[in-house]
Amino acid sequence: MAISQSYKQPTAEGYYGKFGGAYIPEMLHRNVEELQTRYLEIMGEAAFQQEFKELLRDYVGRPTPLYYAKRLSEQHGTRIFMKREDLCHTGAHKVNNTVGQILMALRLGKKRIIAETGAGQHGVATATVCALKGLECIVYMGEKDIERQAPNVARMKMLGATVIPATSGSKTLKDATNEAIRDWINNPSDTHYIIGSVVGPHPYPDMVARFQSVISEEVRWQLKEKVGTELPTAVIACVGGGSNAAGAYYHFLDEPSVQIVAVEAAGHGVNSGLSAATTALGREGVLHGSRSLVMQTTDGQVVEPHSISAGLDYPGIGPMHAHLFDSGRGTFLSVTDEDALQSAFKFARLEGIIPALESSHAIAALSQLKFKTDDVVVINLSGRGDKDLGTYMKAMGVAGNEVTG
Amino acid sequence: MSRLQELFARKQKNVLNVYCTAGYPQLNSTLSVMTALQESGADLIELGIPYSDPLADGPVIQASGSQAIANGMTVAILFQQLKNFRQDIHLPVVLMGYFNQVLQYGFEKFCADAAAVGVDGLILPDLPMYEFETMYGEIIRKHGLDFIFLVTPETSVERIQKLDGLSTGFLYAVSSSSTTGSDKKMEDQSAYFQRLQSLGLRNPVLVGFGVKDKATFAAASAHGAGAIIGSAYIKALEGKEDVAAATHDFIGAVLG
Repeated sequence: MAISQSYKQPTAEGYYGKFGGAYIPEMLHRNVEELQTRYLEIMGEAAFQQEFKELLRDYVGRPTPLYYAKRLSEQHGTRIFMKREDLCHTGAHKVNNTVGQILMALRLGKKRIIAETGAGQHGVATATVCALKGLECIVYMGEKDIERQAPNVARMKMLGATVIPATSGSKTLKDATNEAIRDWINNPSDTHYIIGSVVGPHPYPDMVARFQSVISEEVRWQLKEKVGTELPTAVIACVGGGSNAAGAYYHFLDEPSVQIVAVEAAGHGVNSGLSAATTALGREGVLHGSRSLVMQTTDGQVVEPHSISAGLDYPGIGPMHAHLFDSGRGTFLSVTDEDALQSAFKFARLEGIIPALESSHAIAALSQLKFKTDDVVVINLSGRGDKDLGTYMKAMGVAGNEVTG
Repeated sequence: MSRLQELFARKQKNVLNVYCTAGYPQLNSTLSVMTALQESGADLIELGIPYSDPLADGPVIQASGSQAIANGMTVAILFQQLKNFRQDIHLPVVLMGYFNQVLQYGFEKFCADAAAVGVDGLILPDLPMYEFETMYGEIIRKHGLDFIFLVTPETSVERIQKLDGLSTGFLYAVSSSSTTGSDKKMEDQSAYFQRLQSLGLRNPVLVGFGVKDKATFAAASAHGAGAIIGSAYIKALEGKEDVAAATHDFIGAVLG
């Protein structure tokens, strides 16, 4: 295996270091090969780029602001900027990828779109772009998640998508992904699979990272305007599969001076048995078509992770991130459910922004890091907290009075 | 000559390969199921290792795997169960599993242990050709195991020839673009089967997916050296105490 020279760019076979590749059954070969051979060419077309950029601007609402969080900065004695992906249409960064992939699907001549979703954010972002382009949309969602995420199920339906419950295995995101892949096997010619994260067989991790890379592309010029330099001291992002992180890191990965900080969900604690901290708990393995770090039993059965944040509740991690961990390029931290929750309340009262629970993990990691007064820290605020209100309400009901800014 | 070569030298038509899940329906029914398959007239056994995320399989086989995992099945226990199976079973046996399980057990150790107990070959549907050629094929060969690739109606002629060249034992022709246990119609695929027959492949071809009874077995077998039955047999075992009787009934009906 040839080793890729760049942290952001995989080899021709889709390897980041020893992670990546395309571990797929033959039944998927033609579809995946079609994408492998065409994605770069299609993304490179001027007309594609023009349409992608127009939609990001006029439909998604980009560029998203880079906001200097003054009171949070004062608390931590440094300069902290929030990249406001929470202001994207549909409430999170997910839509950057679905806009890109729907344009890809149209150019590949596909008529039918499938997607997996955990909490429903990627499902909503996919249903949104399918409505925009008038394509049929089928979203696979774990039976348990359908029960837990009723508002997002309703959103998807209102947008015209069909939501199919995944009833196999543990009936959550991992199984919804399996079902989506099986659907693709059964519909090999007319269907495009929009994966929601930097996971899956090559070229998905690279393609999704490229669509999300608009985040760090904007951060560079926004920082230049605000502080006079394109390069921050550190970029912090939460990592489940890792799509918002991949986008936030992308244009800084090959800049050695920029510290890359990945924050995983510790759940009840890394060693509690209820955690989703894949780099701490996982071993090298294969999940959903790529070789990466995977939470699994000694016998190689993939286990069900736990996080209070549905978006981080995934037993794997994108191969790019596995390589950042393995090579030492990235600093990997983890934050518990409780700390993420406290951090969300604190941040809401400090800055007047209610963050998604996922993003709240990234903010909470600040207390594990030391920065100097004139350092520049960028935190990717990947989503807004509307979808987590149920969890926040429950927390206020139980401990509302103890939570203070 | 390997057991698979011997089988196909002796029999070029209507070879019946039956898939069963290790540790299903009970943890310790693996050997009784295999014995019953041999006694009832199967020619080849594809023994599935239960896996949490079996992408190429449909709901019936996945459910049997989940049951087997709940029964306590592991790769290590499987090799324990298979330790002396060659005393009773002379049919060729190929293990079907997913790459991750083999990787966790240790790829080379897995091959060594499989060969040591008398397993003849491996089917790992998610081990890609690229990785097979650059790393794992050599290890499989070193331990004298056959390796069987899958081809589908979507596989190009060039790729079919390449996969045939890398396979030994037989070539697994998936009858339609689907997961196992699907009801897609096989007759729509006559061009595909004619293509396979016209290529002069070096391996015998067994047709799988959608084969469930006497009629579909006969139809599928007509396209190659024989066919593979999986989900329908697993269904026949569901809830059965007496796996031998259930197997005799099911295989009897297929061959009868």
